[in-house]
Amino acid sequence: MMQDDPMPAMAPVPPAARQRSGRLAQEGAKASAIAVLSTVLFFGGGAWLVASSPNWPKVRAQFFSASDFRASFPDVLDGFWLSIQLFAYCTVLTAVLALVVAVMRSFRGPAFFPIRLLAIVFTDVFRGIPLILLVLLLGFGLPALRIEGLPNSAKFWGVIALTLSYSAYTAEIYRSGIDAVPESQRSSARALGLTQWQALRFAILPQAVRNVVPALMNTVVSLQKDVALISILGVREAVKEAQIYTASTFNYTSYMVATLMFLALSVPLTRLVDWYTARDRRQRSQAQL
Amino acid sequence: MNSSKPPDSVIPKLELAGVHKTYGRRTANENRVLNGIDLIVENHQVVCLIGPSGCGKSTILRCIDLLDTIDGGQIRLDGVDVTRPGTDADAVRRRIGIVFQAFNLFPHLSVLDNVTLGARRAHGVERSVAEQRAHDLLERFGLGAKAGDYPNKLSGGQNQRAAVVRALMADPEVLLLDEVTSALDPELVAEVLSVIRELAGQGMTMVLATHEMGFARDVATKVCFLHQGRVLEEAPPAELFSDPRHERTKQFLQRVTEAGRL
Repeated sequence: MMQDDPMPAMAPVPPAARQRSGRLAQEGAKASAIAVLSTVLFFGGGAWLVASSPNWPKVRAQFFSASDFRASFPDVLDGFWLSIQLFAYCTVLTAVLALVVAVMRSFRGPAFFPIRLLAIVFTDVFRGIPLILLVLLLGFGLPALRIEGLPNSAKFWGVIALTLSYSAYTAEIYRSGIDAVPESQRSSARALGLTQWQALRFAILPQAVRNVVPALMNTVVSLQKDVALISILGVREAVKEAQIYTASTFNYTSYMVATLMFLALSVPLTRLVDWYTARDRRQRSQAQL
Repeated sequence: MNSSKPPDSVIPKLELAGVHKTYGRRTANENRVLNGIDLIVENHQVVCLIGPSGCGKSTILRCIDLLDTIDGGQIRLDGVDVTRPGTDADAVRRRIGIVFQAFNLFPHLSVLDNVTLGARRAHGVERSVAEQRAHDLLERFGLGAKAGDYPNKLSGGQNQRAAVVRALMADPEVLLLDEVTSALDPELVAEVLSVIRELAGQGMTMVLATHEMGFARDVATKVCFLHQGRVLEEAPPAELFSDPRHERTKQFLQRVTEAGRL
């Protein structure tokens, strides 16, 4: 029996084992070296191929000009700051409006039929309109009415258009989360004497939202990019600023500046979603054990 | 409790009269579950519903708690028909406690929050008061150390005891227990049954749907055998288990005995 004859805890490492761990370290170093080498060769070779092509100087001058980069950077950055602000408004408004629509749609009983109907019409309509059309319609259309008291700011209507469209999608995400909570949870909440709204608020929604956080975060990443659509209303966010620079210089480096800024925000966001999703899956699989 | 109410002997605590319930009405898989249930539960009685799976035991309990709406008949609580349109169902549910087969604790809340949710939100009890009462009850049912844990950290028996505490928080006038030991591992059944036995001893009015015949024989004031959506036979346990009158009841008890459950 192995257990009857345990190895002394402080026994010196036998030479065979030392050799083995040495070999493992060697193999690890070798694998890293190969990975580094192949990466350098692959990307370096690719870069060399691109740079040595006869058209490269033209491409570099149009898209990667250092002087244009420096010249356009401050304005595009200002624009990007506005993009982030618009994005923040849209995110908060969408999260709230979508939840309201989803809750409206999950109320039961014949008395709530008009509320459910309203929620259904909302999702059908705003999911069915191309986002760019909605931006144009609200951003140019409504201010053109010149109605007293109606805001005529393009920023305002751009945010509203994005919020409406994204709320329609997000409401469906919330609803799928609500539907995924077992019916027995609703029964047991109602059995405590909670009203329909209280049962939703305290028992169903916390579970529902947790169910759909990864899906919601994906929507946020997508929303962050679609904020650029507000540029068609003339709002000087990142894309518009880049466009303005290009229009006067015929150089596209400013677009690359905007591109880098969007990537700098969306790549970390995407990684965050991946990380959270993986963690959530791990926790759930542990909870089932 | 209240001297203005008629004495218990005149009006039963709970009464079902000709209760009908059909699931999926006017659809292809229409299922008539309750077909004229008559049942009387007096104060401090423990009434056990027995019968084969699908005979409507759970449905009766769900209907009493107004979680399902009945299609016909009446359910009277203290003589008042609670199935009449216009009844405040939430108010009725606040007077009744129910414990489900699968516990149905809220997985996102700690045991303490599970237990106090109803008191705080439906009954408007202050948090500190609710938590004090919850701690007392949890302590009494051997869950004092588990108050801060989440349901997935608890055993099935602990989950079910927490669910009993949750139902008891509101001091219910009637406690409904829906096959509360069916989802438990055999070695955990006893701890839950002893809790129910204790409640019965304290005079809690209870209606149990159960497959635990031995337990029903011990604690029940009255055992009702259900067949095809009706109460086919009802009698005190000693009588019903030893001398069933109906052929169908005999067959059922025979099978239960063969399975070693009686």
